[in-house]
Amino acid sequence: MSDAGAEGLDRSPVLSVAIRRKVYGAGGPEPVEAVRDLAFSVAPAEIACLIGPSGAGKTTTLRILLGLDADYEGSVTPDPDDAGIAMVFQEPRLLPWRTVEQNVRLALPRAQRGRNLDSLFDSLGLAPWRGRFPRALSLGMARRVSLARALAQEPRLLILDEPFVSLDDASAAALRSIVVDCVDSTRTSVLMVTHNVVETIEMADRLLLLSGRPASLVATIPLDRPRVERPRSWIDAMRSDLAIRYPQIIAA
Amino acid sequence: MGFATRLVSVLVLLAAWQLAAGLAESRLLPAPLTILDFIVSESASGELWRNVGLTLARVGVSFLLAMVLGVVLGIALGRWSALNLVLDTPLLILLNTPALVITVLAYIWVGLNEAAAVLAVVLNKLPNVAVILREGARSLDPQLEEMARTYRFDRRTWIAHVLVPQLQPFVVAAARSGLSLAWKIVLVIELLGRPNGVGFAINFYFVQSLNVAAIVGYSVVFMSVMIAIDILILQRLEAYVRRWR
Repeated sequence: MSDAGAEGLDRSPVLSVAIRRKVYGAGGPEPVEAVRDLAFSVAPAEIACLIGPSGAGKTTTLRILLGLDADYEGSVTPDPDDAGIAMVFQEPRLLPWRTVEQNVRLALPRAQRGRNLDSLFDSLGLAPWRGRFPRALSLGMARRVSLARALAQEPRLLILDEPFVSLDDASAAALRSIVVDCVDSTRTSVLMVTHNVVETIEMADRLLLLSGRPASLVATIPLDRPRVERPRSWIDAMRSDLAIRYPQIIAA
Repeated sequence: MGFATRLVSVLVLLAAWQLAAGLAESRLLPAPLTILDFIVSESASGELWRNVGLTLARVGVSFLLAMVLGVVLGIALGRWSALNLVLDTPLLILLNTPALVITVLAYIWVGLNEAAAVLAVVLNKLPNVAVILREGARSLDPQLEEMARTYRFDRRTWIAHVLVPQLQPFVVAAARSGLSLAWKIVLVIELLGRPNGVGFAINFYFVQSLNVAAIVGYSVVFMSVMIAIDILILQRLEAYVRRWR
């Protein structure tokens, strides 16, 4: 990316997190410490991956960032109530009684609902689905709608929670390349939570490795992107996944 | 095919009834054609439609009142557990008070007038609506709530696109069960203390002349009207509400 020297470019982080402590059931008989001394930030146009074992407190951390959980010690900037952060939940969380298009528009501020979203729907391959109800969609398509809803916000920071989990390899690869393209073209920052090493390696500029409970930062590893060729078909997608998982077989 | 079967079943039933009435030769078991005669002459005199109209108006007013109050109360109970704690027991008592008791007390305390009649229906029906809607308000999807918060849905958007669609099936269920309950209660209320309406007419023909043809005739006409309302309005509403499933 050639962003150096662009005029007025703000290099200050789009997100700074400093969680000293998060305890569930504090004051109860068995308090559980979910997070301890977790501090990191996300730079503009960066894809940061928060990776760690299941139950490590990744989702807890996300809920704090989103302002869904205010019961913790520490600080998060910007304030979660400020516009600028858009969330893609692990489940698509679409309104089943509204069409794909309505789902995307209703999440916008009232004044912006009439905006032209053709290019967004086109780029996500959702154009034929705009008038359909979510029930008609596969999980992969529903995730795209959820992503479209987030991207329509034109966020400074896009937060993705396990966005590729339980998708088949081809759909996951397609969705990954959509996210990467989007970030490259809009300079949106991404914070992605995952426990999948493959998608981390393929997408991340920086990897934030979490320990188990209580979660704290073990390592920060900068990476260069992309590590694999953009897959062209599902066979290529599978091959690239295999190449990462079993390099000796593919080399043979 | 299904419709033909239904039609044949009804026709066979009517034929058997006509036959039995012919054999019995008693005015206590009038034949379907005798009842039809009554319906025709009573509607020609205008008496039938006046009574049916008055009963429908009472059903309509009290049904709407009970629905509006019950929906609001039910949502409030489902969302605020403190309020629920206060009102749960009174609601349970009201739910288990016989319709007849509520009606008689309403007439005694408010007087033999329309207001008492409407009040009695509302008090009978409101607890049902409230309990159904309380269930609805409790079963709101927490994941969608989080989504709506994260995307900063304003209040109007949240009500119209998150809250109401989730409550719609409960409102329709309450309306359908509530309407059949309301009209049955209205007949009793009319019988006990109104000078007109279907309930009054049935009581009149019972006490004055034991005219079974008139009693059944009134019942058939009014039941037909209520079934038509259920099929033409409420079932269509239900289908519309479920269209996205």
